[in-house]
Amino acid sequence: MFSRSYKVFISLPPLLWVTLFLLIPYALMFAHSFWLVRDGVISREWNLHNYAKLFQNPVYLEVLFRSIGIAAGVTLLSLLLGYPLAYYMSFHVSARKDLLYQLVIVPLWVSYLVRGYAWKTILGSQGVLNGFLEYLHITNEPVSFFLYSPFAVVLMLTHIYTPFVFLPLYASLEHIPRNLIEASHDLGAGPRKTFLRIILPLSLPGLLAGATFAFVLALGDFLAPLLVGGPSSIMIANIVQSLFGTAYDWPLGAAISVCILLITVTLLFLAERLEKRWSFR
Amino acid sequence: MSATPASASLSTAPSGALLEVRDVSKRFGPREVLKDISLQIAGGEFLTLLGESGSGKTTLLRLIAGFEQPSSGEIWMSGRRLDTLPPHKRRVNTVFQNYALFPHLSVAENIAYGMRVTRVPVKEIPVRVDDALRMVKMQEYAAGRPSKLSGGQQQRVALARALVNRPQLLLLDEPLSALDANLRKQMQGELKQLQRALGITFLFVTHDQDEAMTLSDRIALLRNGALEQVDSPRAIYARPATAYAAQFIGQTNLLRCEIQDGIARSGSLQWPVAGLANGTATFSIRPESIRFAADFAAANNLVHFRAIVRQQVFSGASEQLEIDLAGESLRVRVPARGPVYGEHDFGFSPADAIAVRET
Repeated sequence: MFSRSYKVFISLPPLLWVTLFLLIPYALMFAHSFWLVRDGVISREWNLHNYAKLFQNPVYLEVLFRSIGIAAGVTLLSLLLGYPLAYYMSFHVSARKDLLYQLVIVPLWVSYLVRGYAWKTILGSQGVLNGFLEYLHITNEPVSFFLYSPFAVVLMLTHIYTPFVFLPLYASLEHIPRNLIEASHDLGAGPRKTFLRIILPLSLPGLLAGATFAFVLALGDFLAPLLVGGPSSIMIANIVQSLFGTAYDWPLGAAISVCILLITVTLLFLAERLEKRWSFR
Repeated sequence: MSATPASASLSTAPSGALLEVRDVSKRFGPREVLKDISLQIAGGEFLTLLGESGSGKTTLLRLIAGFEQPSSGEIWMSGRRLDTLPPHKRRVNTVFQNYALFPHLSVAENIAYGMRVTRVPVKEIPVRVDDALRMVKMQEYAAGRPSKLSGGQQQRVALARALVNRPQLLLLDEPLSALDANLRKQMQGELKQLQRALGITFLFVTHDQDEAMTLSDRIALLRNGALEQVDSPRAIYARPATAYAAQFIGQTNLLRCEIQDGIARSGSLQWPVAGLANGTATFSIRPESIRFAADFAAANNLVHFRAIVRQQVFSGASEQLEIDLAGESLRVRVPARGPVYGEHDFGFSPADAIAVRET
């Protein structure tokens, strides 16, 4: 239908983009992970030391597992917040639906950093939350564990990624034909059974997409631990950042990055397979 | 149906009616979609709600299924109040217009759904699913997904899914409208057969008057949210109550007449009528009631007139003529007889001129 030259012309920009900004960086990163640092400079000697170090030094695995834990917590909490919200908006809001929708996604227009600092202000020892609790005489001195804890990281990331969970969920709920719900009632299923047997299964693709977003984005986050996490909630991306920065061990940083990338790609692959199986149209 | 609330709560539906709709109205905001509908459906009956789009027929169906609440009035089934129950507690099942099959369940699971969610013994379910599949001739598709089926097959599954629950009343919302003409004819036959064999009461919604005529024991004709006429297809055709009913069900000629002392006059035509007061009246004369005067065996008390044949359409067994009677155009259907030209003598029997209300 289209001429050959047109096809080449139209696919050139994305190809260039992918090559320059994805393929070459990934290849460089991959190569670095097999090199080493000798006398303060990167030496291109092929070896597997970096990967060995990863599994020998317990710090790396511990931080990796903590990151996975935090990401899982964020995913779970975002789903617990996002699903009821999406469900309510899709099935019980008729007027002002668009306005509510905008309200849910409006935080996405606010800078990530600004929201991070906002949580600092809320959770800090002189912060809004402590002031409120003291005002109510629930506590009589500032509670310190709100800020600089894994709790604070999970809280902030949940706040940031809930809209990402909400969007695909809402879309998949909106796509459920309403006469299926009527048919379920008609056949004798009450609201609870209809939810469990019809609505939930048909919203699984959206749920999966949302959960994948939240998990993958939270797993690679490094700003939340910096802003509100403190030393006890260092995540794997912070280690990568320091290795590429002050520690100047690019090869080890690259090896960790390759590992995270493998985890992420595997997850995305599995999610896509499941999503295909769960979508029926 | 003027029962007081006190007696209504005790009374069962009279005359063995399965479903009784009492003075039901439905408003959506300022729009009155149904106006004071009263209707009874007998057990085992095939009743069709016929009407144009926007006449309120689907709304009435949804009120009975429980997807909408009446603004006023009551609905009773088997002597129990129906309109206060949620849809899942009504012994009514629906075949939806676009089938509404569950896409994530197989054909067999779709059919089993109603039994799974109610308290049907688990052992009984596969047996009844098999029976239902056999009933609609879909055994070989049991394990497949609905999306892999054709429209007619989905239609059958939807029917089986509803009937397997042995409802007292089956509601069908334009179930055949998405099928092509041939398949529709075939499904009409199957539907009617099933209904006769099972003895389940069918309430069928359609805008297609042919379909209504073919299938129904009775037709309830709806117009702008009000019942126009409820009667058997033959009775509505033979004795339409209103000009609208006469035109909607079959074709007709409407003649506006002046009545004076038992004689109806329309232009040059006149014939005796009984029991009609002086004034104006409208009469419906079916095209097949007008014939060539020569074709009447007994020519006494015929209404004779001369008219010019304007158009002739051959349709197999019969011919449709359009004739011109002093500027008024009439439709005539006569047995096939070859080309007809010019002026001829026509006639009809006064008994075939039915006085109808014009509203």
